[in-house]
Amino acid sequence: MKKLTIEELKKIREKAQTEIQARSPEGKDRIVVHMGTCGIAAGARETLLAILDEIEKRNLQNVIVTQAGCIGLCEYEPIISVQKVGTPKVLYKYVTPEKARRIIAQHVINGQIVTEDVLSTE
Amino acid sequence: MPERAHILICAGAACISAGEESFKSALEKELKEAKIYEEVKIIETGCFGTCDLGPVMVIYPEGIFYIRLKPQDARDIVNEHLLKGRVVERLLVREPELKIFLPTINELPFFKNQVRIALRNVGFIDPLNIEEYIAREGYSALGKVLTEMTPEEVIEEVKKSGLRGRGGAGFPTGIKWELGRKAKGDEKYIICNADEGDPGAFMDRSILEGDPHSVIEGMLIGAYAIGAKKGFVYIRAEYPLAIKRLTYALEQAKSYGLLGENILGTNFSFDIEIRIGAGAFVCGEETALIASVEGKRGMPRPRPPFPVNSGLWNKPTVINNVETWANIPEIILKGADWFSSLGTEKSKGTKVFALAGKINMTGLIEVPMGITLREIVYDIGGGIPEGRKFKAVQIGGPAGGCIPAEYLDTPVDYESITSLGAIMGSGGLIVMDEDNCMVDVAKFFLSFTQDESCGKCVPCRVGTKRMLEILDKITKGDGEIRDLEELEDLANVIKNTSLCGLGKGAPNPVLTTLKYFRDEYIAHIKDKKCPAKSCIALIHYEVIREKCRKCSICFKNCPVGAIFKDYDGTYVINQEKCTKCGICFQICPFKVIKKE
Repeated sequence: MKKLTIEELKKIREKAQTEIQARSPEGKDRIVVHMGTCGIAAGARETLLAILDEIEKRNLQNVIVTQAGCIGLCEYEPIISVQKVGTPKVLYKYVTPEKARRIIAQHVINGQIVTEDVLSTE
Repeated sequence: MPERAHILICAGAACISAGEESFKSALEKELKEAKIYEEVKIIETGCFGTCDLGPVMVIYPEGIFYIRLKPQDARDIVNEHLLKGRVVERLLVREPELKIFLPTINELPFFKNQVRIALRNVGFIDPLNIEEYIAREGYSALGKVLTEMTPEEVIEEVKKSGLRGRGGAGFPTGIKWELGRKAKGDEKYIICNADEGDPGAFMDRSILEGDPHSVIEGMLIGAYAIGAKKGFVYIRAEYPLAIKRLTYALEQAKSYGLLGENILGTNFSFDIEIRIGAGAFVCGEETALIASVEGKRGMPRPRPPFPVNSGLWNKPTVINNVETWANIPEIILKGADWFSSLGTEKSKGTKVFALAGKINMTGLIEVPMGITLREIVYDIGGGIPEGRKFKAVQIGGPAGGCIPAEYLDTPVDYESITSLGAIMGSGGLIVMDEDNCMVDVAKFFLSFTQDESCGKCVPCRVGTKRMLEILDKITKGDGEIRDLEELEDLANVIKNTSLCGLGKGAPNPVLTTLKYFRDEYIAHIKDKKCPAKSCIALIHYEVIREKCRKCSICFKNCPVGAIFKDYDGTYVINQEKCTKCGICFQICPFKVIKKE
């Protein structure tokens, strides 16, 4: 490898920082996929993968994805929740991979809640 | 793609010996079976510091902290936590008093009350991946000094920060660098002292295992400041993992052009070599260390000349300890004012301590200077196990001393600790409870220094031996009251006339215990009793006859056949045969054997 300059060091830093961003969840938008047995049976796995794929495609830096268990509303599964920093948490119902992609584009990026899929808001 | 979850497994030496490797392979297998191996990232980090709870790991982004992991736990973690988002409660830390679970790493009092500067990355990054270090602002400080600061400005900043040597003596680092810069010589050297030898201390090892680049960067900055082209890390062969990770880090730094010629495109060049020591305690003393690096027998020489003027191959040499080097990049990045805002008037910043002995959370912590011993022992260390009574804390290793309970509220800084007769040392902190005999503790530390004495000067070679003989006599019940005077006389002579710090510090454990626990010495000498019931020659076991239930368990378990059945069926211990192993005392189901 050739010798680094200060500029190149900065580039490595920026790239590496995105790689370890999952380790500092403070101040980041949070998407939670409900992955109870009911959720998984309704296709939450595929939804989760679609979300991860969309985050990668759009190179979103400020979003973390976690999972949670069943919240007792099994009928509406797959359920995901989106909480942008400083705004209330929004629960979405029947989130297919397609809907998930739309929620990311519309809510996570542009901050507009996808009203027709909302299950409840905080 | 950036993985959705990061699993940080502690791969410090303690967790590895507790089975970290087999857990990790079980985890990988389960992740593959669940088909989520690609979605998560496993990172083996340096020591978290919670060595008592190992193997441990943290799962981010939630920050859930799992402890005492076994390979069979991997399935639950993958299927419950990583797949379904359900925290596996049985593997969490349990708050003993409140009986509640503490799921995340930030909730633990152990971590909550720490301030991490030297340990900023230890347990948070992969020590084998230079890019993770760079992501945490690594090598930014180097970039800053090479492009924006003159060597004099660097020295001024370090001086202003108030950083003092973390290896033990507490000499101001900036002043040492200034002397090194001003020293006359065509060639100058930088040395990192990683010859950590205090019993129970392992902070330097953990930094080198968990964040080797912070030490490399610190040395680079120091080299720029004093004008050195070559550096050495002197590390003991007993630290194979630290050597392995440091070697790897040095190679990585070289391949990125952060070591070698024209670093970061400037005309600054510097290189580091490792020198492996055989593990002699005296080689932590700087002149002995230099002799050892030169390939000679590791023995100290009188100072002056000091190494800053005439050190390695008689050239000006600046030696600092691992922890000191690790602090440097942060001081440069965040500024001297930030650093000196932490700590007390004369002791700035933080200090890493290794907690050991009779304390609930043994392990590694970093706290601001000026914190009290009580906060360390109770708030961070979780107090003494089984509700026993705190007796003393031995601080500073074999050259340190014992501080008794009445000084628990002493702020921890160089001056306060020294005024009590102990030293800050490298930060070994051994907690003792009522079951520890202080005469025996003094004997333990003295036998260590006596063993490690290089033999060059008479006071240390002969004096410590004589002191040890007296202590041995006292613990065997043969002591006389005038022995105490002789101990003190010898101690003062050794302290004042020894050649190096090893001899000068060797009497400290005896002197402090004589000062604070003189009554225990007197009990050993006059009453022939060991108040802590620890010195074997002064205790004996006896069956309380009227309470004996004649179950014969003691009789069956005595390894030397010293217990016999008497005419009435009760059991009796033959004192002549008894080796005082204590098995009968522990095993008696009715607790009718007494220890006196």
